[in-house]
Amino acid sequence: MKKAMLIKNGRIIDPSQNMDVSGSLSIKDGRISWLGGKDETPPSSNYETLDAKGLVVCPGFIDMHCHLRQPGYEEKETIASGSRAAAKGGFTTICCMPNTNPAIDSKAMIDYVKSTASAEAAIRVLPIGCITKKSAGIELAEMGEMAEAGAIAFSDDGMPVLNSRIMSQAMEYSLAFGLSVIDHCEDTSLSEGGFMNEGIVATRLGLCGIPAATEENIVSRDIALAEFTGARLHIAHASTAGTLELIRQAKNNGVNITAEATPHHLTLTEDRVIGYDTNAKVNPPLRAKKDVEALVQGLKEGVIDIIATDHAPHTASEKLCEFSLAPFGISGFETALGSLMSLVHNKRIGLNALIACLTSKPAKIIGERFGKLGTLAVGVNADITIFDPNLEWTVDTSEFVSRGKNSPLNGEKLKGKVMVTIYNGKFAYKDESLAVVSK
Amino acid sequence: MTKNIIMNEADIRRTLARIAHEIIERNKSTSDLILVGMHTRGVPLANRLAANIEDFDGVKIAVGSLDISLYRDDLPSLNRQPVVKSTNIPGSVDGKIIVLVDDVLYTGRSIRAAMDALIDLGRPLSIQLAVLIDRGHRELPIRADYVGKNMPSSRHEEIRVHLKESDGIDEVAIIPMPTGEE
Amino acid sequence: MKTLQQERKIISPNETVSQTAEISWRHRHILDLDDFTPAEIEHVLKTTDAMHEILSRPIKKVPALRGKTIVTLFYEPSTRTRSSFDLAAKNLSADVINLAASASSVKKGECLIDTLETLEALGTDIVIMRHPSSGAPYTAVRHIKAHMINAGDGWHAHPSQALLDLYTIIRGCKKDFKGLKVTIIGDIKHSRVARSNIWGLTTMGAEVTLCGPYTLIPRGLNDPQGYFPKVNIETNADKAIAGADVVMALRLQLERQQSGLLPSIREYVSLYQVTKERLAKAKPDAILMHPGPVNEDIELSSAVAHGAKSVINQQVTNGVAVRMALLYLLAGGNQ
Repeated sequence: MKKAMLIKNGRIIDPSQNMDVSGSLSIKDGRISWLGGKDETPPSSNYETLDAKGLVVCPGFIDMHCHLRQPGYEEKETIASGSRAAAKGGFTTICCMPNTNPAIDSKAMIDYVKSTASAEAAIRVLPIGCITKKSAGIELAEMGEMAEAGAIAFSDDGMPVLNSRIMSQAMEYSLAFGLSVIDHCEDTSLSEGGFMNEGIVATRLGLCGIPAATEENIVSRDIALAEFTGARLHIAHASTAGTLELIRQAKNNGVNITAEATPHHLTLTEDRVIGYDTNAKVNPPLRAKKDVEALVQGLKEGVIDIIATDHAPHTASEKLCEFSLAPFGISGFETALGSLMSLVHNKRIGLNALIACLTSKPAKIIGERFGKLGTLAVGVNADITIFDPNLEWTVDTSEFVSRGKNSPLNGEKLKGKVMVTIYNGKFAYKDESLAVVSK
Repeated sequence: MTKNIIMNEADIRRTLARIAHEIIERNKSTSDLILVGMHTRGVPLANRLAANIEDFDGVKIAVGSLDISLYRDDLPSLNRQPVVKSTNIPGSVDGKIIVLVDDVLYTGRSIRAAMDALIDLGRPLSIQLAVLIDRGHRELPIRADYVGKNMPSSRHEEIRVHLKESDGIDEVAIIPMPTGEE
Repeated sequence: MKTLQQERKIISPNETVSQTAEISWRHRHILDLDDFTPAEIEHVLKTTDAMHEILSRPIKKVPALRGKTIVTLFYEPSTRTRSSFDLAAKNLSADVINLAASASSVKKGECLIDTLETLEALGTDIVIMRHPSSGAPYTAVRHIKAHMINAGDGWHAHPSQALLDLYTIIRGCKKDFKGLKVTIIGDIKHSRVARSNIWGLTTMGAEVTLCGPYTLIPRGLNDPQGYFPKVNIETNADKAIAGADVVMALRLQLERQQSGLLPSIREYVSLYQVTKERLAKAKPDAILMHPGPVNEDIELSSAVAHGAKSVINQQVTNGVAVRMALLYLLAGGNQ
């Protein structure tokens, strides 16, 4: 786009500037060049105009937890296809987990992800490096070199770091680089053989359950280690009321801890598994009503800092089998906003607070090394998401851009849809119903 | 729907008395006779015939009931499975004279199914058939030995037999069906 | 061409649905008892009566399912359930194919859906499947048009077993399900027989008590959200059996001790074995049931297994009749 672009008449919500106004903004040379209220006129220029009447204009969403499957599992997703799916979901920055094959546990692998992303990705892709070599939980990975090469955090996601000494040393070692250690908290001795949340629904379905204690056990340990080492701890996909309570306490005690929750853990309960829909099989599993309510409350209070999708695509044939054999995971990029908006429509959380959890708050955790993210401040890269908060639409997984069509929301009606995603001033996604008018 | 009553309580009583006499007359010995009523209304008719025979001849006749659901030739084309009732025949059928009793004889398919069922139970000496109404329109080569009343009817008519035991009243009526119901 | 039903169409205004030739049967498959109404269970039991009578004839065969193809697809070994279904199908004159897939073929390479689609292409009308993975039949029926009977899926359900247990209890043993006290003792957590019986018995109004060590009792029971029927829980076997009308013992897999669920089989026997003394605490006319095969002197003492209160053999006989009833009810035409 050589011309400047004007996005007008929108409701501009930018939590990083405490902003919620009717107004317009302009983009020039890939940056936000001007922003003003509805009574202000933009500087004169030859604009392409996009009318955002009735729509929310906010910073591009940031996802700190997703799986792009490349290298090694390209049949499920690639950096290219995943980034396009994320763009359709309103994301302009995504952080991919290193549990690929081979794992992203060295500078060479970080470089691989970055160069593939810069050549093929539709949006910004920031890699997360392994905590331990091959995610095996035995030897520390080369965090220093990975940090230098561009890793934004460390995680062995998919697995916990079970050995407490290794985890403690990893946390200590990571301090030098100022990056978070993200833990997938699962006590595998308790979760072994389990397929869904332990409880009455598992009893009814005759499925081996994964008790809440599985997560809380390791969260508790990690908090103790974080306190001891002073490291930055980030809890991946928190899912239980007990975990919430532990995080709340830890924050009260001044531990340097942040936490994320996924759209599915904030909106779906374990009874989605009734009928043995493998698309509802996810780790950590969908939990009971009381856990979902505690998580939503935690999000509102700030105990949960951010929302992250844990987008985990699988091929259709992998999920087309007996429940016990299906892999865990939900393809979540394209339904994230729609499902989260139900919390806003049901008045569980305010729209601004929701947007903060998707923009300014993850930006804060990632830091400014890759630019000022999650903001519409004048002068920054134009990463913008425009969505219709009231548009009703029906989820059709066959239309997903992602190679993973594994969503339990297929056929569901959602209210709230991303219409436009702009990355570095260019359209990464645009709904065909919106027109860009050249004057 | 106009109902035309072709047999009332008294008619039915007299007819059953006559059939009972005919059965006694035709079968020299009643000791090897079993009256087998076909569910549903054949059963009370068989009971009544047995009572009549006992009245007239002083002999107690064995009575049984037969369910033919599992022998129907139209099972694959029905929308729902017929309710299977019990088949209850005292003693063995080997060497016995079975008189099948039913309320209406129409296409003959029920009787065909009944005969298959009886033969799976053993080897009767002979099988006879007693019906209250024969309405014609046979689709198989089957005939009744004892007929209460011959009632030629059109396919667009329905013959309704009501008996006190199941319907609270004794009467046989003929009702025209709205066309298109065949 | 008139059907037999139209020939015999003599419906009086007073006639109820159950007196007409047909009854509403809405199950396309029989996967679990959790969606059966009491009327439907009653209907199965009545149909079983008729099938029972056929089994007492010299020629135990009727042509009702002539020309239908029934496949038993067992991913877990089983002699008695499989032969029970096999006999039931043959008694109804159906053609039967018995397929045994070994447990090792339950891996992604030999996909369940592919196997079922092949069977359907071969002209199968009813598939009877036993599978080690809970919920496998539910996945299966999303992909096939044939009818399916679940002969046991993982820990989840075994509806034909529960129905034959209900039939055994109510025909000749007990007058009514309402208020009947049934104690199920053993490894409830891993038992599909227990789950289906809990559904069947509570639907018919019986009161169920579960007995076993807490490690073998499932979680979340009596949760008010209503996902599962209400049951009593009692870990003391003597107390659980006291006053029971029916004592149902479950088979104990000996591997449970290796998984750390039990300290030893010896202790299980001492705390939970149904012995003559324990059984004497039940009502004087109580009956003893077991889905079989019995681990003698483990869950039942051999005296009690062969004793006067045991109806285990009747359960087996009734199994064929119940399965004939289910096959008959499922095989109805154009649905």
